[in-house]
Amino acid sequence: MSHPDEVRDAGYDEWLDAVAAGEGTYLACPEGHGSLPPRRTCPRCGSTDLAETPLPERGELSTYTVVHVPGPRFAEDAPYVTAIASFGPVRVTGVLRGVADGDGGIDDDRFEVGTAVEIDVEDRGADRERAVAFRPV
Amino acid sequence: MTDVRVAGVGLTHFGSHPERTGRDLFAEAALNASEDAGVPRDDVDELACGNFMGALAERQGHLAPLLAEAAGLSCPATRYEEACASAGVAVRQAVRLLRSGEADVVLAGGMERMTNLGTAEATEGLATAADELFEVRNGVTFPGAYALMARAYFDEFGGTREDLAHVAVKNHANALDNEYAQLRNEISVEDALESPPVAEPLHLYDACPFTDGAAALVLVSEEYAREHDLDAPVAVSGSGQGGDALALADREHLARTPAAGRAAREAYADAGVDAADVDLAEVHDCFTIAEVMALESLGFYEPGEAVGAARRGETTADGDRPVNLSGGLKAKGHPVGATGASQIAELTRLLRGDHPNADRVPDAEVGVAHNAGGTVASAVVHVLEVVA
Repeated sequence: MSHPDEVRDAGYDEWLDAVAAGEGTYLACPEGHGSLPPRRTCPRCGSTDLAETPLPERGELSTYTVVHVPGPRFAEDAPYVTAIASFGPVRVTGVLRGVADGDGGIDDDRFEVGTAVEIDVEDRGADRERAVAFRPV
Repeated sequence: MTDVRVAGVGLTHFGSHPERTGRDLFAEAALNASEDAGVPRDDVDELACGNFMGALAERQGHLAPLLAEAAGLSCPATRYEEACASAGVAVRQAVRLLRSGEADVVLAGGMERMTNLGTAEATEGLATAADELFEVRNGVTFPGAYALMARAYFDEFGGTREDLAHVAVKNHANALDNEYAQLRNEISVEDALESPPVAEPLHLYDACPFTDGAAALVLVSEEYAREHDLDAPVAVSGSGQGGDALALADREHLARTPAAGRAAREAYADAGVDAADVDLAEVHDCFTIAEVMALESLGFYEPGEAVGAARRGETTADGDRPVNLSGGLKAKGHPVGATGASQIAELTRLLRGDHPNADRVPDAEVGVAHNAGGTVASAVVHVLEVVA
């Protein structure tokens, strides 16, 4: 039997592929709500009329945390920053990279709520699996 | 529709008991509840039990019949899983069974074994309450998720780490005399501020500990209580439940918990009370910021106003409306799948007058229990009232 993580998650992994290729998308409903695949209904209004739409190039940080006590998959990354960023009508959760202080810590003068970020896909330290990554523009 | 009475409550010590099996923890709580109720185990019609991560902690699925057997019950048994709200949901199902007349006696409770996993594995286990694809794979831990909410709260409404430290100081003080509590040590605001960071802005003393423990309640119909001449003065008079998107990013607000608001409104309407009638509350303070958002969702404060409640002394033991007189999840401990039942056990003891802190609320008649799953994608609220 293969490990669950070794099998692709249809919809989700294609979305990650697209983000990695610089062609990220989101699902837009007629009410203008945004969400991420795989989805058949809008999480805000329940609409089933979801259109794949290009993700805006830049997002801005809605909130963030510097994590010092990681789970095993991020054991080699700590301390690291996890953030939620708004890209137009859709919010995305990812790891904020490019903010190390060069001394094993985080330079929190380099970002705040509202900081503009770009999105990409980068490896986690411990297991080399893919994660959504943001970098300050 | 029958009134639901709390005939008896039972708890284990909440703490670090890595060697104790889940079945033994639950059996102790259930036997304590049966003894407190004076109800023979043969009279129990159903078992409703909460558990979150038994499949991870003990490699044990199919828990309900195992826990029924351990408790000496021979009745249908069902396990409910709603992350940290698992036992709250189990209690709610018990209330529904009793009100519908399908059962006269239900044993409701929950159990969690956590500390045998160690910090990293337990952290990963708790994170399964969040969205695996979109949150956990991108570094969201359980404290991290609440830290994201805390940062958003500070950004939207203001508030400081010192405000949150007062919540921790209050709940530690409340746990001092509670023989079931895990952390029975007084702390200062400075201790909390200087504790190591877990997920900023939350530090160690903003967080509940990992806890092993179990809780059980014997809930009966009013008719059963009367026919068997039970001393059961506390009723579960209101029950409500709310839901929300699992991932924080998919919610309208990052610093509010509307699922708990919906649960509270439903429970208040069910009981015929409103927020102003509530004398004391046990709320789901897995992190200090969670208590703040709970108090706002319960209608005790407007959004943005509860962050200073503990600092102002409004929720302390001698405040207008004491919150978490048990010590809360923060100091009493948080065996995830047992917490919702434990809150009702503690409220019952406070309202009956046999809790070590009962003398802080001698005239209390209405109590509320607020139990939340994950980052409050699930919420259960119960109203308890002294009726006899």
